[in-house]
Amino acid sequence: MKSFRAFVIKEFKHIFRDVRTLVILFGMPIVLVVLFGFAITTEINNAKIAVLDLAHDNYSHRLLDKISSSGYFNIADDLQSYSEIEKSFSQGDIKLAVVIGENFGKKMINEKDADIQIITDASDPNTANIVSGYLTAVIQAFTLETGVVKPPKVTVKSQMLYNPENKSVFMFVPGVMTIILMLVSAMMTSITIAKEKELGTMEILLVSPLKPYVIIIGKIIPYLFLSLINAITILLLGLFVFQIPMHGDYLLLLSEVFLFIVSSLILGLLISAISDTQQAAMLISMLGLMLPTILLSGFIFPISSMPEILQYLSDTLPAKWFIIIIKSIMLKGAGIKVIAFETAFIAIITLILGILTVKKFKIRLE
Amino acid sequence: MDNKVIVAKDLTKKFGNFTAVDHITFDVKQGEIFGFLGANGAGKTTAIKMLTGILSSTSGIAKVAGYDINKERNELKKNIGYMSQKFSLYEDLTLKENIRFYGGIYGLTKKQIVTKTGELIERLRLSHIENTLISEIPLGWKQKIAFSVAILHHPKIVFLDEPTSGVDPITRRQFWNLIYEAAEDGITVFVTTHYMDEAEYCDRISMMVQGKMKAIGSLHELLEKYNAKDMDEVFLKLAR
Repeated sequence: MKSFRAFVIKEFKHIFRDVRTLVILFGMPIVLVVLFGFAITTEINNAKIAVLDLAHDNYSHRLLDKISSSGYFNIADDLQSYSEIEKSFSQGDIKLAVVIGENFGKKMINEKDADIQIITDASDPNTANIVSGYLTAVIQAFTLETGVVKPPKVTVKSQMLYNPENKSVFMFVPGVMTIILMLVSAMMTSITIAKEKELGTMEILLVSPLKPYVIIIGKIIPYLFLSLINAITILLLGLFVFQIPMHGDYLLLLSEVFLFIVSSLILGLLISAISDTQQAAMLISMLGLMLPTILLSGFIFPISSMPEILQYLSDTLPAKWFIIIIKSIMLKGAGIKVIAFETAFIAIITLILGILTVKKFKIRLE
Repeated sequence: MDNKVIVAKDLTKKFGNFTAVDHITFDVKQGEIFGFLGANGAGKTTAIKMLTGILSSTSGIAKVAGYDINKERNELKKNIGYMSQKFSLYEDLTLKENIRFYGGIYGLTKKQIVTKTGELIERLRLSHIENTLISEIPLGWKQKIAFSVAILHHPKIVFLDEPTSGVDPITRRQFWNLIYEAAEDGITVFVTTHYMDEAEYCDRISMMVQGKMKAIGSLHELLEKYNAKDMDEVFLKLAR
C-alpha cells in the first residue's frame, strides 16, 4: 500500500509538471465546449441576406417585414436589379438572395399564384439548405397569415420534442464530453505508459517489488480522477452556461460516465500494450481512436445518413452508445431500464477489451 | 553453497526457434563483482531479465539471493537492485523526489527514506542540487545517482546492465569506485558491459558468445588459459 501511494504521488507529479498535459487536461475541455457551444452551430441567427423587390407593393413590404422580424435573417443588401445579385454574393457575406417577382401583391390576390425566387450560396451546401428551409417556412407562414391563400386541408404541425428550440448545443455537449473523456482516459494513459517504456523506467518498475497490476492501477487512478473532474466540468458548463436541461438522475448519469471512463482507460492500456514509444501511442490513439470516434459516433455527422457498412462500424464504438445514453438521461429523463441495452453494450465491449489487454500484457511479460 | 548469491544451472531462454540463452551454468559469491561480458546480442540482457524475475526461463533453474527466479519472484525482487543501460531516473522529478519514490516502491519506511536520502546526498556531495530536477543535472552525475538509488534499499545483489555506456572515461572510473564501495558493503555486483577493459575491474568474468557461456574465471585465469595479453584478445579468440 505504501509503495502504491508513492507510485500514485509520482504520477500526479508527472501530470502537474508537464504544461502540455495540463493544457490538454484542463484547457481543452473548456475550449471545446465553448467552441462547439457558441461558434460551431447549425442554427441560423441573423443570417445576412440580400433582397431584390421587383414589386414594391403592400404585400411585398409586409413579407419583407415578416422576414426581417423573424430573427433569423438580417436584410443586409437592398438590390435594384438582377445584375447586382451575383455582385452581392461575391462581395458581401450574404448567405441568400430573395427575389420578389413583379406585381407580387396583384398576382397573389387575382391569380392566387405569385413568384418568389430564392438564390443560395451552395459553395456551403449545408448552410444553403438550412437557410432556404428557414426562409421557405417564413414565407409559408406569411401566405397563410394574409388569408389570400386558403390553408390546405392537411395541416402539418411539427414539434421538436426534448429540444424544443432545436439547439445544437444539446448535441455538442454530450459529444464533446465523449471526445474529452476518450482523449484523457485513452490517449493520455497510453502515452504515459509508453513513456515509461521509451525511457526505460518501465524495466526498473518491473524489477521492483511493485506487482504489474499495481503499476497499471497506479497509472490509471490519476487519469480516472481527472477524467471525472473533466466530465463534471463539462456537465456544469452545459447546465449553467448553455442551459441544457437535466431531466434524469444525477447518480445514474455519473455511473454511466464512470463506466465509459473505465472502458476508455482500458482502451488506453491496450494501445500502450502494443506501442513502445510515445509517438506510436499518440498516432494509434489519434488515428485509430479519436478520428473514428469524432466521425462515426454521430457526434457531428448523423449515423443514419452514413453508408451501411459505416453504420455497422459505428455500432461497435462505445462512444456512439455513450452519446445516446447521455442524451437520453439528460434530455428525456431516461431511467436505467430505457438505456439498459446501451449500458450493457458498453460493459460487454469493456470486458472484451479488458480480456484482450490482460492477454496482451501477459505475452509481453513472458 | 551458503555464500553463493546466484546459482544458475542450464538456464535457457528460447524465443520461438531462436535460443537467446543456451544452457548457462554459473554461480556468483557474495560480495563479488561479477563481470558478465559479451558482444551486443550475445544474450546478456535476456539473462539479466531472467535473473531479475521479469522474464521466465524456458528450462533450467536459477536461484538469486536464495530465491527461485520463476517461483519466488516477490521475495526475489525485494532483495535485488537494478540499473539499466537506459536511464532509470525520472527527469521531471527532483533528485530528492526520485530517491523518495524508489524508497517508497521498495517499501522503506518514511524514517528510513529520510535517513537514506541524507546519507546518499552526503556521500555524493550533492546537497546543493537536492531540489533540482534530474533533467537539469549533468549526465555523469545522473549515472552515479542512478546507481546509488538502485542500492538504496541495500539489496543482496545489484544488477547493472551496461551502466557505463556513453560515459567519459573519468566518470567511468568514478562510477567504478562506487561499485567497489558497494561491494565492500557486502552487496554483490553483477555487471554487464561490452567495454573489455572494464573486465579488469571485476573479480571474476564470464564471456557470453551467441547465448552460450564460453568462459568463466578471474582475469588472470582467462588470460592464461587463452594465452592472451588482454580481454580483447580473449574475446576475439572465443568469438571465432
